[in-house]
Amino acid sequence: MSNSRENILAAINANKPAPVELPEIPLFERKGDLVNVFIGALEFIGATSVKVTSLSEVDEYLESLQQAGTRLVNTIAELNGYNINAYKKANASELEALDTAFIKGRVGVAENGAIWVSESDMVNRLFPFICRKLVLVINAKDIVYNMHEAYRRIQVDEDGYGTFIAGPSKTADIEQSLVVGAHGPLELKVFIVS
Amino acid sequence: MSQPATHHNKAAAAFLKNGQRAQWHDETLWFVRAKRDKAAHQIPEWEALRNLGSQIKEHTLSNLDEYLLQFEANAKKNGIKVHWANNAAEHNQIVYEILLHHNAVNVVKSKSMLTEECGLNHYLAERKISVVDTDLGEYIVQLRNEPPSHIVLPAIHLKKEDVSNTFHKHLHTEKNNQDPVYLTRAARQVLRKKFITADAAITGVNFAVAETGGIVVCTNEGNADLGVHANKVHIACMGFEKIIPRAQDLSVFLRLLARSATGQPITTYSSHFHRPKAGQEMHIVLVNNGRTEQLGREAFRNSLKCIRCAACFNTCPVYRRSGGHSYHNSVAGPIGSILAPNLDMRKNADLPFASTLCGSCTNVCPVKINIHEQLWSWRQVLMAEGYGGSAKKASMKLMTGVLSKPAVYRLSTGMARFFMRYLPFLVNNRLNPWYKQRDMPSAPKESFKDWYKKNRNHE
Ligand code: SF4
Repeated sequence: MSNSRENILAAINANKPAPVELPEIPLFERKGDLVNVFIGALEFIGATSVKVTSLSEVDEYLESLQQAGTRLVNTIAELNGYNINAYKKANASELEALDTAFIKGRVGVAENGAIWVSESDMVNRLFPFICRKLVLVINAKDIVYNMHEAYRRIQVDEDGYGTFIAGPSKTADIEQSLVVGAHGPLELKVFIVS
Repeated sequence: MSQPATHHNKAAAAFLKNGQRAQWHDETLWFVRAKRDKAAHQIPEWEALRNLGSQIKEHTLSNLDEYLLQFEANAKKNGIKVHWANNAAEHNQIVYEILLHHNAVNVVKSKSMLTEECGLNHYLAERKISVVDTDLGEYIVQLRNEPPSHIVLPAIHLKKEDVSNTFHKHLHTEKNNQDPVYLTRAARQVLRKKFITADAAITGVNFAVAETGGIVVCTNEGNADLGVHANKVHIACMGFEKIIPRAQDLSVFLRLLARSATGQPITTYSSHFHRPKAGQEMHIVLVNNGRTEQLGREAFRNSLKCIRCAACFNTCPVYRRSGGHSYHNSVAGPIGSILAPNLDMRKNADLPFASTLCGSCTNVCPVKINIHEQLWSWRQVLMAEGYGGSAKKASMKLMTGVLSKPAVYRLSTGMARFFMRYLPFLVNNRLNPWYKQRDMPSAPKESFKDWYKKNRNHE
C-alpha cells in the first residue's frame, strides 16, 4: 500500500480545482455579562453551576463529599485533598468505581457552555470520562464569548490530548428522548471562581 | 436485483406501509429540523459562518494534496502512524493487520461512517475479530443486524418498543420495559465492560488539522474517548476530505456542526487527539475509495465539503417519508444520493431521482453545498449514460406514493409551512420537474383546494 500514497496524491493533484483563497476568521465579538451567558448555556446543556468567590468554597464541597465516603480524585493542587498519585497511572478497570473527579478547566465558552480541559490538567485521560460525576473549576476571567476567541486562547497541541466538555454525557438515540448520562459522567458541576 | 434502479422506490413503499410509524419518523425529523432552525437563528453571523465554512473547505480541496502531506508530516512528528488506503479493501486490510499485530480480538468502535462505507465490521468478523459499535444508536442497530438508517441518529427508524425487545433478547432487560433511561443505563453497563476489556479502539474522525497533525472527534455520549483512553491501540479511520488547514478553522466548524445536526450549541465532547498517551499506539488511516474521482467531477466535487451533519436528511421530505434504509448506501439522504452514484453508477442510479429538488437541503447545508443542483446534474449524467430511464419512472411513482398519500397530511400552522413541509414539489424552482404540468403526480388531480379540504377531515 506504499503505492497507494503516491497514487492518491497524484490523482488529487490531477483532479483538484483551481486555487481558492483561505479566508481570515473574524472574532465575531459580543459584549455583555459573559458569566451569566455562560451559566445560561450550562443550564441548557444539563450542567449545574455555582459562582464562588474563593476556592475555599470548592474545598468545602470536596470535603463534604469525602465525608460522605465518595471515591474521588482531585487533580487540582490548589484544593485540599490533592490525591493524584494513587490514580495517576490507573487503568480503566481500576478506575471503574471512581465516583467523582475534580479537574481544572482552562477556558470556558459563554455561547455554548463548553470548557477546554487539557491533558496536563486532567492528569489521566480517563478521569473526565470514567467518573460518574465530573466537577470542573474555572476562573471567571477565563470565560470568553465564543469558539473563535477560545481557539485563540488555547494551543490545541500543547498536550497530547485536550477536549471541550459541554455538559454531562448524553444520548437521545431511543426515540429522541434525551437521557442524561450515556457512557461518560451522569453529572457535570461547574464552579466559577471570580 | 433485476431492476436495481428502482430500489429506493420499492423500499420507500414498504416503509410507508406502516403509516403510523412513517408519520412518526416524518414528524420527529421535522422536529429536529426545527431545533436546527432555532439554534441557527440565535447566531447573528450564521450566514457568515456558512460562507466561511464553505470557503475553508473549497480552499482545502484546491490544495488537498499539500494539506495531506503537511498533515502526514506533523502527525508523524506527533508519534502517530499514518496509513494510506486507495479503496475499501485496502482500508480493511490495514486495520486488520494492525489488530493482528497486537493480537486484538475484541474491538470497541465509536461512530465512523467511513468504516460503514468500507464494510469493516463484516470483514473483521470473518477474521474472528469482534467489533462492538458503542454509540448507543449504532449498538442498537448492530444487535438487530441492521445498518444505521441516519448518519447522526442511527436508530431513528426504531421505536422504543423495538429497542426494548432487542435489549430484552440480547441484554436480558425486563420484558416490555420501554423506559429510555432504563434502557440506556442497561446499555451503559454492558458497554462499560466492553470498553474495559477490549484490546483496541477504532474511531471515526470529524476533522483532521494539517498544521498540527491531530484529529478531532465529536460525540455526545463520550464513547469515543472512553474507548480510546481505556485501550492500548487507537485506530482512527477517515476519508481524506476531513482535512482542514488550521486549528482555528475548528472554531467555525464546531459552531456549525452540532447546531445543524441536532440544534445543540455544541456536542458534549469535541476531543482533540494529537499524541498517543504513554504506552499507547495511535494510527490514522487516510482513505480514498472514489474520492479522487469525485474531486475530478467538476459538477460534484463540492460534495466533498460535507461535514456529515445530516441537516439535509432531516429537512428532506423524501428522506423523512422513506427512511434511511431505502437509500441502500452507507450515507443516505440527499448528500448520500450524490456520493453513491460516484461509487457505483448502475447500482445507485435511482438515488438522484429520490428527491423533489425542492432545494431545502441546499438552504440548510452549513457548508453551502448546492445539493439539489447536484442531484439534478446527476440525473442528466445518468440519463446520458443510459442508467436513468427506469429510475426516472420509479421516481415519479415515488412522488405519488411517498409525497401524495393524503392520510398523512395534517393541517399545520399556516399555509406556507404546510407547503414547505408536505408539498415542496409544488414549489416553483427551475429544477423542479413536478411544477411542470406534464410531470405533476396524479394524486392532486382534483383542484388542490378540494383535495385539501377533503383531506383535512382525516385529522
Ligand atoms: S451535505 Fe451539508 S447538510 Fe448534508 S450532511 Fe453534508 S454538511 Fe450536512
